[in-house]
Amino acid sequence: MNKIFETPLYPYTRSPDQDAATPVRRKVVIIGAGPVGLAAAIDLAQQGIEAVILDENDKVSFGSRAICFAKRPLEILDRLGCGDPFVDKGVQWNVGKVFFDDRQVYDFNLLPEDGHKRPAFINLQQYYFEEYLVRRVFELQAEGAPIEIRGRNKVEAIGTHPDHVALEVDTPEGAYTLEADWLIACDGANSPTRRMLGLDFVGRVFEDNFLIADVIMEADFPTERWFWFDPPFNKGQSALLHKQPDNVWRIDLQLGWDIDKEREKRPENVIPRLREMLGNEVEFELEWVSIYTFQCRRMEDFRHGRVLFAGDAAHQVSPFGARGANSGLQDTDNLAWKLKLVLDGTAPETLLDSYNQERIYGADENILNSSRSTDFITPKSEMSRTLRDAVLDLSEHYEFARPLVNSGRLSVPCTYDGSSLNSADALDGPERTRPGSSCPDATLGDGYLLDQLGDRFVLLTIDADAPDSFNEDGIEVTRLALSVKDDPTLDLKRRYLGEADGAVYLIRPDQHVAARRPAFDEHHFRAALRRATGKE
Amino acid sequence: MNDTLTLTPNITDADDFYADLLTAHEGLNKAESDAFNARLVLVLANHIGTRAVLSQALAAAAMKPE
Repeated sequence: MNKIFETPLYPYTRSPDQDAATPVRRKVVIIGAGPVGLAAAIDLAQQGIEAVILDENDKVSFGSRAICFAKRPLEILDRLGCGDPFVDKGVQWNVGKVFFDDRQVYDFNLLPEDGHKRPAFINLQQYYFEEYLVRRVFELQAEGAPIEIRGRNKVEAIGTHPDHVALEVDTPEGAYTLEADWLIACDGANSPTRRMLGLDFVGRVFEDNFLIADVIMEADFPTERWFWFDPPFNKGQSALLHKQPDNVWRIDLQLGWDIDKEREKRPENVIPRLREMLGNEVEFELEWVSIYTFQCRRMEDFRHGRVLFAGDAAHQVSPFGARGANSGLQDTDNLAWKLKLVLDGTAPETLLDSYNQERIYGADENILNSSRSTDFITPKSEMSRTLRDAVLDLSEHYEFARPLVNSGRLSVPCTYDGSSLNSADALDGPERTRPGSSCPDATLGDGYLLDQLGDRFVLLTIDADAPDSFNEDGIEVTRLALSVKDDPTLDLKRRYLGEADGAVYLIRPDQHVAARRPAFDEHHFRAALRRATGKE
Repeated sequence: MNDTLTLTPNITDADDFYADLLTAHEGLNKAESDAFNARLVLVLANHIGTRAVLSQALAAAAMKPE
């Protein structure tokens, strides 16, 4: 069996930087070639910013790990020029079933909203996710974009300076020094960068262990998310069954706190548990087993001078709700355009503080949601278990209790309410497109709205006049002129106008709304652009 | 919609209700009674629905002096 995660994808090769007489200075160095580091590099390189990824390994990650990717990250991948392979390979699902004890208490259908290019969710093993991103890196490289992955380049020491960062990098052929204008640490929950810089990482550790297993089986379980509270095959605990591509099924079994991890991981102990869950007649093969304990915590600041933290390195959540990798991609979505403007000299360095502000807001939202899910799944006291069981018992009979059942609140994009980059809402328009929101998609003829937004500031006009472009202090805004007639389903109207006759939106390069008004007004939109780029 | 928790007498036939509440617990052990109370709280909370009123109810039940 030659699995993708056993093959070196970006094997070590000697870089000319290793032979330079004085350390070479790169624009942006990224530590870690996981989903977040790869996305950051692609985003920057696509916009012409030099990005070098250093990874201590040379392969995609082992085991399925992050498997559930939400609509917003898929839209970000579209902006990065590579959404299709993920969605083509991924498994789409809408139905979930909830079991309590020995019975199904209810099922639900996510009923995806029409008028979006991308589905609400796909399931895809992290190793595929990384492989497709690595392919995109190579594709950009072939087009001459300034992007590079250096395999088996392990950062051993970091020196921070006011105008650059110096890195001691170890390789199979010895160490070298590399400098960067900016460093993005995407080196995961145990971030060596965080440790080397002596930075905090505070929060709540949940006293529990979960066994995750990937099994390959030819079974006719439907493509649904099944979640068990207190099932007969795992008394007092929880379990999750979720389908991935290639007939790989992901099984999460809660084990409790006081266990022998090494013992529980052995196939002779795992297989009987799975047999009890799946039934004796089901043939399966165990592909990967891991045991994890999780924590809900974040760094106090995601920016430390010229070092920026993103993904699990900056914040960690419980896996319930798929808010880990999904939020990491939203970090780089938020960061890349800001870093570009700062490197181009068209925005002040303080714009990067808004990365800190906005993504801490996002991290806190994710930590809150995933902590609540964890408290429901793993009651911490006798009374919280009584209340939890009451909700589950009621949910079988009464619809009202179902929204209280919390087996994970699935990741939705963060709205940056209160961000210093937002201008006051001047449109009596829909709530979901208020300043700070990520733009919801809509159908436009044969295409989609989001494919026409992003990577630059856009002035979206819907049945409103405005100049085709304007430039404010070095930043160009181009107009996208639409009419409600462009979308006969009226999704565009419902999502962007509501009761208004027309609207003008200023949309950031990360497809978030910066400002909106009923009509174009040069003074206000110039001010909004200055504000959105950290100049006011 | 009323956003203020009613803390003045409001139950019709209060004695009958109280008797029904006791009857509902008859024959239940402690765990079953706790479960019953939990379900009852959730049913009533859903009926009230308004978050502000529920917050006032939580504070009222805590009986902490102001």
